[in-house]
Amino acid sequence: MYYRIRHYVKSFSLWELLKGLNLTGHYLFAEKFTVRYPEEKAPQSPRFRGQHALRRYPDGEERCIACKLCEAVCPALAITIESGVREDGSRRTTRYDIDLVKCIFCGFCQEACPVDAIVESPIYEYFGNQRDDLLMTKERLLAVGETWQKKIDGNLAQDSKYR
Amino acid sequence: MPETPLTLWASLPEPLVTVLVILFKITLILVPLLLSVAYLTLAERKIIGWIQVRMGPNRVGFFGVAKGWAQPIADLVKMLMKEFIWPRKANRFLFVLAPIIALTAAVGAWAVIPFDDGLVLADVNAGLLYILAITSLGVYGIIIAGWASNSKYALLGAMRSAAQIIAYEIAMGFALVGVLLAAGSLNLREIVLAQQGGVIDWFWLPLFPLFVIYFISGVAETNRAPFDVAEGESEIVAGFHVEYSGMGFAVFFLAEYAAMILIAALTALMFLGGWYSPFPDTATETPMIGVLLGPGIHWLVLKTAFFLFLYLWFRATFPRYRYDQIMRLGWKVFIPVTIVWLLVVAVAVMGEVPPWFNHPL
Repeated sequence: MYYRIRHYVKSFSLWELLKGLNLTGHYLFAEKFTVRYPEEKAPQSPRFRGQHALRRYPDGEERCIACKLCEAVCPALAITIESGVREDGSRRTTRYDIDLVKCIFCGFCQEACPVDAIVESPIYEYFGNQRDDLLMTKERLLAVGETWQKKIDGNLAQDSKYR
Repeated sequence: MPETPLTLWASLPEPLVTVLVILFKITLILVPLLLSVAYLTLAERKIIGWIQVRMGPNRVGFFGVAKGWAQPIADLVKMLMKEFIWPRKANRFLFVLAPIIALTAAVGAWAVIPFDDGLVLADVNAGLLYILAITSLGVYGIIIAGWASNSKYALLGAMRSAAQIIAYEIAMGFALVGVLLAAGSLNLREIVLAQQGGVIDWFWLPLFPLFVIYFISGVAETNRAPFDVAEGESEIVAGFHVEYSGMGFAVFFLAEYAAMILIAALTALMFLGGWYSPFPDTATETPMIGVLLGPGIHWLVLKTAFFLFLYLWFRATFPRYRYDQIMRLGWKVFIPVTIVWLLVVAVAVMGEVPPWFNHPL
């Protein structure tokens, strides 16, 4: 009987509804989370996995030795590598393509690489007007690695403690 | 002979002058109404955004002030440029007619809304009946839209909305009977005049259950959340207006928001004393702002805005009712409660309970 009466009083006074309104009413004045994107940017982790880059040693020699581990581990089959022997007798890639349309940005290539050649850079603001624009060739990957070298090296150094 | 506009005006035949004056008055009501509709959409997106700890539209705007204020204009331009798509095997005549009926019903009722003492397009004696009749017509727009679209979802939405609106119309009607008993008149202006005085003199206090039920039924009547099963985005896509695009959709949108403003204004008129100020005694004594504290259209606008805010607040707070719960609430809760309270009001009116009913009707 008591519960019945309480139930009636509660539902006719719209108690639960007013409680809900009170809650949302508080959020009306709460500080907003929105990031006004082009003007403000969200903080980025050093482990961020963006567009790929191929790195070089400080003396300018490219790191990649065409071991094809990244090609083997890539779950999306986005990497295509062809290898050959350079004039000096070292084994190098003649072709290193990453199809960003296929890529799922899992970071496995970066993990698999024994020489830290292929990395995912912090770049996330890129686009392509055509399919070809999203096919990263060896030259383009190396170019990305050169322009973003400082940032990439810094991120790797920060993360190296945890590996 | 050089004719000035004034002499030209005087030379017009009498009936034409009357028609022109009425048309002018209609424009005076419609233009602010449509502007409020446009900015109500912005207010809705902003307020719901704030409640969800977002910002809402904050991009479109020029002159560098308060970005986002031009969002309704951008939306309108987008709607105008969109293609109007005819569904296959749709009934073309009814397909076009439906949004027009919906808009007519939502806008037509404004004819009898008094904005201030004497500031009304048509001072009809049966104003309340007219309002009930016209707002009920809105459901035809929805049903016809659902039927003419030749789409399952649209038809489902229309059926739901029809049943819902009929159920809540009754509760709404009974709530209005309470107002009519209390005011002793069907004329909206006289209903407001019967509430002359401060906050405690208004009808919301003696008719409190009716006031709450009227507003909730109004929310259901306009198919707004949490009673928006007619649209039910997560269940039946967009309900009755799935098949509408471009201006057809925009007109439905306009109608929905115009109906919202109408319900809010009616609630303010019938339960919150319309244009009366909540501080009737301080009005003339206070210097400078004394005029603002006195009765006037700004109070009606403020009260309407308050109810519109409630609409948005409800939408941001409550999840959608299940369909059978809507029916239960309408038929098994609201209608009995209104009938019981009608008795109470009738007794109070007979007993001339002060401060509301002690003056002669």
